[in-house]
Amino acid sequence: MHELSIAYSIVESAEEAARNAGVTKVKAVNLRLGKLSGVVKDALLFSFDIAAQETLLEGAKLNIEELNVIAYCPTCNENVELPSVQIFRCPVCNTPTPTLIQGKELELTSLEIDDENEQEVTNATATHS
Amino acid sequence: MQQPRILEIRHNILKKNDQLARNLRAQFQAANVCVVDLVSSPGSGKTAFLEETLRRLNQDFRVAALVGDLATENDAMRLARSGAPVKQIQTAGICHLEAEMIANNLSDWNLAELDYLFIENVGNLVCPSSYDLGENFRAVLLSVTEGEDKPLKYPTIFNSADVAIITKMDLAEAVEFDKDAAYASIQSVRPGIPILEVSSKSGAGIDAWLAFLKSEKDKAERAAAAQSSQSTNA
Repeated sequence: MHELSIAYSIVESAEEAARNAGVTKVKAVNLRLGKLSGVVKDALLFSFDIAAQETLLEGAKLNIEELNVIAYCPTCNENVELPSVQIFRCPVCNTPTPTLIQGKELELTSLEIDDENEQEVTNATATHS
Repeated sequence: MQQPRILEIRHNILKKNDQLARNLRAQFQAANVCVVDLVSSPGSGKTAFLEETLRRLNQDFRVAALVGDLATENDAMRLARSGAPVKQIQTAGICHLEAEMIANNLSDWNLAELDYLFIENVGNLVCPSSYDLGENFRAVLLSVTEGEDKPLKYPTIFNSADVAIITKMDLAEAVEFDKDAAYASIQSVRPGIPILEVSSKSGAGIDAWLAFLKSEKDKAERAAAAQSSQSTNA
């Protein structure tokens, strides 16, 4: 279970990006997760809430877009989506497909910021500090 | 209601590890040392396999090993019997090795004086798959006692490996190991991967593994030479 350390990395990256953009409250974090990333979605969702505590991301929602595995089929000469991560064969012609095109992604794509709350939160932070 | 503002980032979460791993790879290449990352489930025979590998290689090559465990120095003490320098990395509960842990544990050695460096990862078929350690190649071990379908249960790590090694072959008959089924599982999740069979106890198959190591080292040296002549020409 390394999802907690992954969650801390996500929070760290997202917080840095938010700070650089002058944002004080993040509403949601959007992530792309390949099915061969080695990260379990549910464990990550669980860990994220813990990692986000007492940060700009506290209470933010983690949206995970799961990406299927795409491999290159040398016979069809095109990229094909594999229906299973256990069978690296072209679903059309059954040729083995060792070349992976997509499926290992673990990428923070964007943050959703609620500008309505921005002012309010900024004030609260100012009072707090 | 106002639409939330979107702040685009596109940031690879493991970028820090990947960057450190790239630096390590460049460092290893410059020192001409071939680095092997051994991964498997706990109890599949990584330490016995590495002990035998170090003992055999130590006669003709300069070898060293880093060994990762959550706790204890037991594996380092076992491996040190081979005569090779060994360093234990205690991860204090972390279930995998990261590039930073490797970088922090190299200072005792002059890499240029080594031919091979082995990294015995923490016994775990899940988490180590996400972390590049700058290795030349990753070897995944599967023992005959584990079940032939293990690669199908843990496709991510088998897919990330460059060679699969079936260990404890001396027990194959006793546990009615179905070799064809194991090969089929491995090839299903990683088509074309080379598969070796070894017994660390009897030494069977170790010669083929040493030949594989040598060919990988030669390959890396040729690639490094080609790269340096290219940069000289440029």
